[in-house]
Amino acid sequence: MTAGVVVRGLAGGYVAGRDALRDVSFTADAGQIVGVLGPNGGGKTTLFRALLDELPIRRGEVALSGRPAYVPQTERARLDFPVSAFDVVLMGAYSRTPWFRRIARDDRAAARAALARIGLAGDADTSFGALSGGQRQRVLIARALLQDAPVLLLDEPLSGVDSVSAARIEELFAELRAEGRTLLVATHDVRQAGEWDRVLCLHRRQVDYGRPAAVLSPETLRETYGAELIVLQGGARAVGVGHHGHAH
Amino acid sequence: MLGWLTDPFASPIVGRALAELLILSLACGPLGVWVLLYRDAYAAESISHGMLPGLVLAALAGAPLLLGAIGGVLVAAAGIALVARDQRLGSDIGVAVCVSTLLGLGGLLALSPDSPLRLQELLFGDLLGVSGGDLAVAGVLAGGVALALLVGHRSLALVGFDRGSAPSLGAQPLRWELALLVVLAVTTVAAVQGLGSLLLVALVLAPAVAARSLARRLAPVLALSIILAALSGAAGLVLSFHLEVAAGASVALCAVALALLAPVARLSH
Repeated sequence: MTAGVVVRGLAGGYVAGRDALRDVSFTADAGQIVGVLGPNGGGKTTLFRALLDELPIRRGEVALSGRPAYVPQTERARLDFPVSAFDVVLMGAYSRTPWFRRIARDDRAAARAALARIGLAGDADTSFGALSGGQRQRVLIARALLQDAPVLLLDEPLSGVDSVSAARIEELFAELRAEGRTLLVATHDVRQAGEWDRVLCLHRRQVDYGRPAAVLSPETLRETYGAELIVLQGGARAVGVGHHGHAH
Repeated sequence: MLGWLTDPFASPIVGRALAELLILSLACGPLGVWVLLYRDAYAAESISHGMLPGLVLAALAGAPLLLGAIGGVLVAAAGIALVARDQRLGSDIGVAVCVSTLLGLGGLLALSPDSPLRLQELLFGDLLGVSGGDLAVAGVLAGGVALALLVGHRSLALVGFDRGSAPSLGAQPLRWELALLVVLAVTTVAAVQGLGSLLLVALVLAPAVAARSLARRLAPVLALSIILAALSGAAGLVLSFHLEVAAGASVALCAVALALLAPVARLSH
């Protein structure tokens, strides 16, 4: 099995002397989905920024099987920006297109295919801001598909998303896994993370990493979420609360 | 009717004014769209007003206005950056303090009794006094601005749409935000001769506002902003000729009228 993401002794943050995240070491193979759990400010977004090589201060080693694609939370994008769903997906091809060239015909076709794959073929010309939250999230995922990256980092792609969008996104995750891509998915939903291949628990440091059955114990979850954790039905379902607002 | 529209341009003075405005439209229109999308309208207003002392000093010294404009813009930008560094104040207050200080200083210099120059020319421009040399300078500056916006188009779109994910798609936010401010300063310098430090903002922002409310995608919005800026320029000159009112102010008012009418035109579709 080839490695998709290898992290050894990662630490770092935004201000010198104050690590937002430390002691992170894990290996995710190609074709694995890793659920990244943690409270707000627990280091999920910081980890992604470190993997994207955008963290101001970073120590330790990070190796990826290729340039990663990043899918931000949908509320970060400007809704009043004059772009259609298709325009947003095409942004995935910008970095490989010189400024004086039109976006290549192959990339345009790939953008249409990505929209179709995520179930939005009919909405190509709809303004991005006129789509529902779940549809916008799917457009941002289609943009990452156009980047054709071996590693995808997704920041809470399923929070606040309608059930149709959530179902389509989860199907797509399974397809991407089958293609041998590595997905790191930040989430607040412990039950959902339990269905993926690996779980990474963060609370400003790595609390645990491994198969869901081994990692998702009440003790680990308590250590990960601290006071934010509510355990339902005797631990069969645990939900992190406080979905709003992120330090970074 | 046709004569009413074309008569004004029979005069070479008005013809040159029209050429100046058409050249400026190429830079002001698209720049305005980006300024709106980056929510930099306040900075646009500030940079153009803050350079007044530079203009006055250049006029007093008999130096080209262009030099004064460049110096004034640099001092205004540096002052704003300096005051904004004080965390207790924040950038809004920094801009307000700097711009009112500079505008006051400019007024003081210009209105002193032994000052021979005409303050209104610096504040409101002198479209009908544009020379062939002025046209050439405006052409070079506006052409440079248009080219820069074309080269940076995709990166500006990435940063403006979603600052957080722009680096992973190939655009560094700080670099492009700064680049837009530099382009804004160059445009201000290009437009000050014709429209003056107070009115040039109208030709930057108003056509962009109108274009934004008429089109839904970036390329049509940018194209429309150029057309509407040019249209306001021509309409303003025709009106000023027939009504015998100031040319620059007429152009500014026509641009603002377009911005007010555009949403109505869209609703009636």
